[in-house]
Amino acid sequence: MLSQFLQFLLSGVTVGATYALAAIGFTLIYNASGVINFAQGEFMALGGMAAVFLANAGVPLPLAIVLAVTVATAVGMLVEKLAIEPAGRAEVVTLIIITIGASLTIRGFMQVFLGKGSHALPPFSGEAPIAILGATLLPQSLWVIGVTGAVVLMLSWFFGRTLTGKAMLATSYNKLAAQLVGINTRFILLLSFGLAAALGAVGGILIAPVTYTSYDVGVMLGLKGFVAATLGGLGSGAGAVAGGLVLGVAEAMTAGYISSAYKDATPFVLILLILFFLPQGLFGKKATDRV
Amino acid sequence: MKMRTLIKAALAAATTLALGVAAAAEPIRIGSVLSVTGPAAFLGDPQLKTLELFVAKINSEGGVLGRKLELVHYDDGSEAAKANGFTKRLIENDKVDIILGGTSTGATMAMAALVEKAEVPFISFAGAVVIVEPTKKWMFKTPHTDRMAAEKVFDDMKKRGISRIGLLSETSGFGQSGRKETQAVAAKFGITLVADETYGPRDTDVTAQLTKIKNAPGVQAVFVFGLGQGPAVVTKNYAQLGMNLPHYESHGVASDEYKRLSGPAANGVRLPSPALLIADQLAATDPQQKIVAAYTKAYALRWKEQPSTFGGYAYDGLMIAVDAIQRAGSTDKGKVRDAIEQTKGLVGTSGVFSMTPTDHMGLSLAAFRMLEVKDGQWAVVK
Repeated sequence: MLSQFLQFLLSGVTVGATYALAAIGFTLIYNASGVINFAQGEFMALGGMAAVFLANAGVPLPLAIVLAVTVATAVGMLVEKLAIEPAGRAEVVTLIIITIGASLTIRGFMQVFLGKGSHALPPFSGEAPIAILGATLLPQSLWVIGVTGAVVLMLSWFFGRTLTGKAMLATSYNKLAAQLVGINTRFILLLSFGLAAALGAVGGILIAPVTYTSYDVGVMLGLKGFVAATLGGLGSGAGAVAGGLVLGVAEAMTAGYISSAYKDATPFVLILLILFFLPQGLFGKKATDRV
Repeated sequence: MKMRTLIKAALAAATTLALGVAAAAEPIRIGSVLSVTGPAAFLGDPQLKTLELFVAKINSEGGVLGRKLELVHYDDGSEAAKANGFTKRLIENDKVDIILGGTSTGATMAMAALVEKAEVPFISFAGAVVIVEPTKKWMFKTPHTDRMAAEKVFDDMKKRGISRIGLLSETSGFGQSGRKETQAVAAKFGITLVADETYGPRDTDVTAQLTKIKNAPGVQAVFVFGLGQGPAVVTKNYAQLGMNLPHYESHGVASDEYKRLSGPAANGVRLPSPALLIADQLAATDPQQKIVAAYTKAYALRWKEQPSTFGGYAYDGLMIAVDAIQRAGSTDKGKVRDAIEQTKGLVGTSGVFSMTPTDHMGLSLAAFRMLEVKDGQWAVVK
């Protein structure tokens, strides 16, 4: 009984960690601009697909990973330069719709140039499952969980302790005021897209050995990542991780104890409940407007 | 306006009569709607490539009835609603003589009402039994049905003395139709489903469902009904949980991609498959050997990739159509339909087709080969 519960829990944590990685990317761009970037899932798909493509072409895995992240970062910056920046002072809603367009474009390019099949990356440290009290966990899941944790720590340091991070927060609170105190808000926005794309690519590569990757893997990742980010309270790194884990574990427990047929309804029930009782999400701060 | 149309029609008829010889040189128009992009692209892409390849090949050899074939193709992007719209266009604007395709069961059923009403012969490449049962006058299909896959698997289970199994099916159309058919034929083979779980096509972890099946009382084997990467995730999780129960998959993953994605975890998995997957292992005396080898060679040469059983369904469909048009001696829709229904002993990549007025698919259970993955290779289960 205990081993069964533990297996459901580990299954939930494994899946939840991938949702968390997707959610963190949303957080980053939201913090810099208030925009929800629906191309975040595509950044993850791009990272995974580029790494697979390069690895298949004979590039050693570590180098392939570095190159794939570089490519994704460049694409993220291009999206900002070519699609977000020309929109100028458009409403946030307009910008969000632009990111949906960007996601379709990136997906289309991947489909044409990288193929339509599913691909797997070799796991980083073997495939022998780790047994814990009768339940099992893949070593790759530890990589996903570990890197997610590291990313959260780095982000909280970046936003809390560095000038650039604080400038990014300032830009999101009030763009005009940020410009008045000498912050290059254009550069900040470019940087946030580059960072989010890089983070997304790292996530996409990390989960590729467990979940496989294909040109359209970003659709599911983007959707679940967005739900996780909203659950945790948009803009909070720790919230994104908590949101992802809650979502993953809730799905696994539903599949295990109620019925797998209801599993996919879990995220939507959860998001309804949480937004109803905690409109700011689990970790979100109440927005305050000072006059 | 009406008058003008009438005159036009009369003129056209007169011209056709006068220029009977010239009209014979008109190409035979083969319409097709396939899912070349979107989630079902891994099915539709090899199908389109197969049609393009063999239409060109038949034309270079002189065509059919002295007329060239012309392929009119639309991509439905894996959306059934679009398949419906494109079928309308094929019938009304392109005035095709026959329609091939409908990659998925959903797309095929969306096209069904239109072709039945317009009375155009239609050969589908989709799996579910609902396409040909009950028999519809103008509809045929080439792949084995999901019911046959379940029967083949149960047949093999019975031989191994298995009677209590867990079913894990995908929430996709293919998986759910498979689940229904599996439940329907289980009793006939004396098999009890002690667990009945599902997973989503994009799920990345199914250890929760597998743990539940593993703990079901008296379970002796697991049967997974799904397509694409989902079953590969199941296979990996199976190995992760250290499950030793016999593991069966459906013909939905009868592809080298499944083996490649699952890696060593696939060893020991059994599944029913068309002969195409083991083209190089067929005995020279096997009736399908020549056809399968020729298809594999031509496809690999033209597209620089290995063919899949899904492309094979399109090959079979095209060959049945060409054979029927030849026997009918014209492209008269009614005659072609009757000729398709009278197809006898036509050897294809999926098996030997013999249709009847009540069987619009024409394959027997013998057309399926039970395969097992051994050391990363397909092996025929004797």
